[in-house]
Amino acid sequence: MFRFILRRLLSGVVLLFVISTIAFALLYIGGGDIARRILGQSATPETVAQKAEELGLNRPLYEQYFDWLAGAVQGDLGASWFTGQLVTEGISSRLAVTLSLVIGATLLTAIVAVTLGVWAAIRGGWADKVVQGVSILGFAIPGFLIALGLVTLFALNLKWFKPTGYTPFTDSPVGWLSTVTLPIIALAIGAIAGVAQQVRGSVVDALRQDYVRTLRSRGLSFNRVVFKHVLRNAGGPALAVLAVGFVGLFGGAVIVEQIFAIPGLGQVGVQATTQGDIPMVMGLVVATAIIVVVVNLLIDLLQGWLNPKVRLS
Amino acid sequence: MIDLTPTTVAPALPPAARRSLLSRLLRNPVGLATIGFLVLLVLSAVFAHLIAPQDPNDASIQDVLGPPAEGHPLGFDSSGRDVLSRLIFAGRFSLAGAALALVIALAIGVIGGLIAGYYGKWFDSVSSWLTGLLMALPGIVVLLAARSVLGPSMWLSMMIFGVLLSPAFFRLVYASVTAVRGELYVDAARVAGLSDTRIIGKHILTVVRAPVIIQSAMVLGIAIAIQAGLDFLGLGDQSIPTWGTMLNDGFRQLYKEPTLILWPSIVIALTCVALTLLANTIRDELERSTKAKRRRRPPLRPVDVNKTAAYTHAEDLASSGRTGEVLLDVRELSVGYDQPDGTVKTVVHDVSLVVRRGEVHGLIGESGSGKTQTAWSVLRLLPEGGRITGGSIFFEGADLALEPEKEMTKIRGKKIAYIPQEPMSNLDSSFTIGSQLVEPMRVCLGLSKKEATAKALKLLERVGIPNPKRTFAAYPHEVSGGMAQRVLIAGAISCDPDLLIADEPTTALDVTVQAEVLDLLRELQRELNMGVVLVTHNFGVVADLCDRVSVMRDGRVIETGPVRSIFTQAKHPYTQSLLAAILEDGAARGDLDESTSAAAAAQHDTVAAQNAVNIGAKS
Repeated sequence: MFRFILRRLLSGVVLLFVISTIAFALLYIGGGDIARRILGQSATPETVAQKAEELGLNRPLYEQYFDWLAGAVQGDLGASWFTGQLVTEGISSRLAVTLSLVIGATLLTAIVAVTLGVWAAIRGGWADKVVQGVSILGFAIPGFLIALGLVTLFALNLKWFKPTGYTPFTDSPVGWLSTVTLPIIALAIGAIAGVAQQVRGSVVDALRQDYVRTLRSRGLSFNRVVFKHVLRNAGGPALAVLAVGFVGLFGGAVIVEQIFAIPGLGQVGVQATTQGDIPMVMGLVVATAIIVVVVNLLIDLLQGWLNPKVRLS
Repeated sequence: MIDLTPTTVAPALPPAARRSLLSRLLRNPVGLATIGFLVLLVLSAVFAHLIAPQDPNDASIQDVLGPPAEGHPLGFDSSGRDVLSRLIFAGRFSLAGAALALVIALAIGVIGGLIAGYYGKWFDSVSSWLTGLLMALPGIVVLLAARSVLGPSMWLSMMIFGVLLSPAFFRLVYASVTAVRGELYVDAARVAGLSDTRIIGKHILTVVRAPVIIQSAMVLGIAIAIQAGLDFLGLGDQSIPTWGTMLNDGFRQLYKEPTLILWPSIVIALTCVALTLLANTIRDELERSTKAKRRRRPPLRPVDVNKTAAYTHAEDLASSGRTGEVLLDVRELSVGYDQPDGTVKTVVHDVSLVVRRGEVHGLIGESGSGKTQTAWSVLRLLPEGGRITGGSIFFEGADLALEPEKEMTKIRGKKIAYIPQEPMSNLDSSFTIGSQLVEPMRVCLGLSKKEATAKALKLLERVGIPNPKRTFAAYPHEVSGGMAQRVLIAGAISCDPDLLIADEPTTALDVTVQAEVLDLLRELQRELNMGVVLVTHNFGVVADLCDRVSVMRDGRVIETGPVRSIFTQAKHPYTQSLLAAILEDGAARGDLDESTSAAAAAQHDTVAAQNAVNIGAKS
């Protein structure tokens, strides 16, 4: 088990390194004359050269990269070119907000999707058809449209929730709930549709396994076999989809945060992107990659717990 | 991608199931509606300059946020531009952007998948790793990063998104190609001297075509959504009208003019839903045609005309077992499976058999003869769609065919137990062997965990497992097939049943292990004085273990009686041919009935062909 974790960790670190290298190369090469872009067309060649000197942009690319990497390993991702704020600071202050949305949406997805999927697989008939039909709609309609619909209906017309803004959980749990409920629902609907389909499919598959008959032949009731054995076996594929869904939710949060004016990573990203604040964008890429790697590691561990065969391979 | 499995039930098949996919889609109401909508959408985008009332960028200050007016049915946006015109022209750019992403994704994914799947080796692992890399970041983060250096070009960001989407096709094509590559007909084509490109074009592309079409519809929907999302964030090119920029404008005016956001939302939602529904409908139609092919296969053999009762041999008092009380009395049992078209396919017809305590009753026949279905009926554990359609199963005074499920749960394990055929698939790989033995004993016998563990260890020792403690703690994949079968036997007898249903308990095992397991079964049967229904296709096993035997064919019992009597005086020609087939005496082969020998000949041909191909591939 220890070696299993170690191997996954190692491959995660390699993945992080590769992603950051590629991103660095593309951002700094693709950026063209960065100093000129920062200062605008009216700047004189002298001030542009001075700016490039100041940011270290006139050094060879590999030198800049090793500088960045040396800092990154020690937790220093540089400073924003526009505000001078440390990248790590700018990101970590927003990370908690985005993570609370994404984790909330993941939990909601897991609970609702498993319930719907199991129900559809076991009831069959009309229940199955309803779940599948709703899933197609939930999957097809883009999440931000759902978010727009939710804002218009529940915040603007019914006034059940605040349409915009964010209250930290530490300030007021109730206020937090009233600001994140709609964004979380908007984020989760698409993921629920996908995961519910997967849960349904893997429960149907697991129900057909020979050991289900054998366990029942020993006097275990259908429900007992379903809730103990079938669910555990169907859990693996469902978790894999949930992991992919988590990455998707992270992307969806960027747009949803904009709709609800929530000060999360999405806002940092959009702002840095429009300004061309490359250190900040780099920081965003690294932060996202770290989260994806960590989540995948957790999912792998859960998979190993669910199905002991995985631990060996 | 997410697998959206079909939602509709296949109706009875029209005779011409081989019509082209398009014409079948047009006959399907959902298919017709979605294709119709998408065609209209594309036409309006292509001919936007002819349809739209005015130029999408014509702005007039006095019309800012103006209400619908003559010639402007949807009113004006925040710059005083005609909403309808912008909607129509936006379709042009939004669809073209999505199409660009699709083309890029297709080009990279399909070609890469073909090469990786077909040539394998290092290309394989490199491209799989790259795929993993592309999936590691949310698409929108990559697009944001790209936007920060490349500026707000829709075409560039859609090209990048195409690269990000290519794994969707890569995985699909790669999986199909690796599956097809191993098929014999591809080997045969290679032996026949076809070039690799011909093989790819002829055999492999036809296999992946349909899934690629389905995936394309999905990918188009995703590309439209993400493109609208980018523009909605204000990161797109503001100079060209897209549905996303219209959303952005509408969102800014949400308080002043809430209808403005409605129109682009409706169009985006309808387009995405139409594409997803279309993908689903194509999948449904394709699945329907494969089902049709399967169903068109003629029945293996015309149903036995011999409706008369089975040949019943006289009682042979010399044979053991006829002294115990009657445990199981199956009378005229019929089993049927519900078909998608509403009919019921009967697989067991009027089967009757009696098993007494201490007696082993063999149920013999070739695969598909209904013997396993009969065994499962007694346990009332038929697969989904199967049910008892007639007859009775008397056991301890109750008719099991009519017992409620709750009562059956009490009978199973404690009174009637089951040994399955395939040892590995009948153990749950997620739980230890021990926990799978302990759980039923705690439920059925009400034992404590400690008592059940002690009993399980004793049982494992009884069935001849050398190190019971280690096996108890092991997972199923950590023991051999023979050991797993012993574990299943231990599980079956764990709650002291009166009747044991053994479904080909040795078929999946090595020859040497088979004899040991049969010996074990015989010992246990005598020790516990159980009645046994032994399903097998092997007369050797029958001779070894059984007191009585029923021969099954096409779901019917055609001959039944004491083993000795059947072996010496088989009356039904089919029984005679089965018996003859196990003798090594060459002369007996003449007695084989036509179908059996034809099947054997066919099998011989296949093996020969296979050998020929294998040899060819190696040279």
